[in-house]
Amino acid sequence: MNQFVDAVHWIFTRSNWHEVNLQAGIGSQLTYHVELSAISIVAAALIAIPVGMLVGHRRRGEFLAVSVANVGRAIPSFALVVLVFIAVGNLVPSLQLSMAPTTIALVLLAMPPILTNTYVGIQAVDADTVEAARGMGLSERQVLLDLELPLAAPLIMAGLRTAAVTVVATATLAGFVGAGGLGVFLYNGFAQQGQEQQLIGGAMLVAILAILTEVAFAALERAVTPRTMSRQRRVVSPGPRAVVAA
Amino acid sequence: MIAQELHPPSIWRWTSDHAGVILSRTAQHVELTVIAVVVGLAISLPLSILAYRHGRLYPPITWITGLLYTIPSLALFVLLIPVTGLRSATVEIGLVSYTLLILIRNIVVGLRGVSADVKDAATGMGYTRRQLLWRVELPMAVPAIVAGVRVTTVSTIGLVTVGFIIGHGALGEFIIDGLNRFFTPEVIVGAVLSVALALVVDALLLVLERRLTPWTRPRERRRLPATRAT
Repeated sequence: MNQFVDAVHWIFTRSNWHEVNLQAGIGSQLTYHVELSAISIVAAALIAIPVGMLVGHRRRGEFLAVSVANVGRAIPSFALVVLVFIAVGNLVPSLQLSMAPTTIALVLLAMPPILTNTYVGIQAVDADTVEAARGMGLSERQVLLDLELPLAAPLIMAGLRTAAVTVVATATLAGFVGAGGLGVFLYNGFAQQGQEQQLIGGAMLVAILAILTEVAFAALERAVTPRTMSRQRRVVSPGPRAVVAA
Repeated sequence: MIAQELHPPSIWRWTSDHAGVILSRTAQHVELTVIAVVVGLAISLPLSILAYRHGRLYPPITWITGLLYTIPSLALFVLLIPVTGLRSATVEIGLVSYTLLILIRNIVVGLRGVSADVKDAATGMGYTRRQLLWRVELPMAVPAIVAGVRVTTVSTIGLVTVGFIIGHGALGEFIIDGLNRFFTPEVIVGAVLSVALALVVDALLLVLERRLTPWTRPRERRRLPATRAT
């Protein structure tokens, strides 16, 4: 228990925010962690949402969306981060110690939940409603953007939330492959003797950041959920959600 | 050691030289996973039944298990060190805590999905509440439960690798060791075996599900996108 007290003390020691053992302190590692995560989530969303929307709009390709989710789940994130690190090192050695390898791995990890949820959300829009919209003269583009997208928004946000929490958690591994972020403190604690404060303090910071991410994205999800829908949803499944197709 | 050699061995050579430790770490990986899922089920089942019978309890239960689920595995394993030390039990506690959310959610969804007509018929035939649960409701919830077990098992297999942080990562030990030595074949062996293990176990559980529920056609497969990765 004393170790927790020491770790909290480590976090609240102001000098540790500037530097830790003559290296970058909590402040800059936290910034790096958040930047790395934000870039990865935005990049993953920019790829996965349009693809999910197109596949969902055509009401085809379920096999693809489900397979992506299943294969994505089977690959351990730790293995993926290390393998991408090695691959980048072989292909573009100058980039190996930059943000690039971890960013690529994080984008790959973040895409499946966003893709699957976008696909499921768009595809679940009532077929009669879509037909009615077409009958009223809406173009395919309008059907997708003005009807299907808003109705799928809560589920897309749920996918983004899952992806964001995964990314913030996995970004910790950047510290183990020569990049930065809060994982550096865990790596130092893991690789060196007598750095328990750093190890446990770093883990506390990672846990808090992940929980804050979850809370922030839950709020976003609620914001895009129409009130009539949110009432039903709250009864069906609170907390981070997983879709059980009935 | 290996990386310092002038001619590092090929992946095949390395694998055959290390067949013993590869086998034992794979066995350890399976053991950690099986215990985590079985203990997770043993905790989730009573909690789910409670949440099913008393709907008010469902939100707090999913809230707490959801919070546990959100804590990154690397951080959770480290945070458990002061409490339970650098033992495999520490990894196990972390792994179990991650199984709860999905298992409970799926069991409750499965139980709630049993149609009222079926329950009325059973009650009419004189089933007690307990008999109704064990002979009607739980068997009918099996597809949802097995779906939860599959997702949980596959993600647990991935999470075991992170146990390297406290020295009990099973196949993950190859990944961190290969990384530290800049010896790629070792990383690949660890990664490929854990992915293969996940796919094989998933297929086995699918077969089990079909055996357990011969009355259902897998007309619509249940799916749960996006579980945690780290």
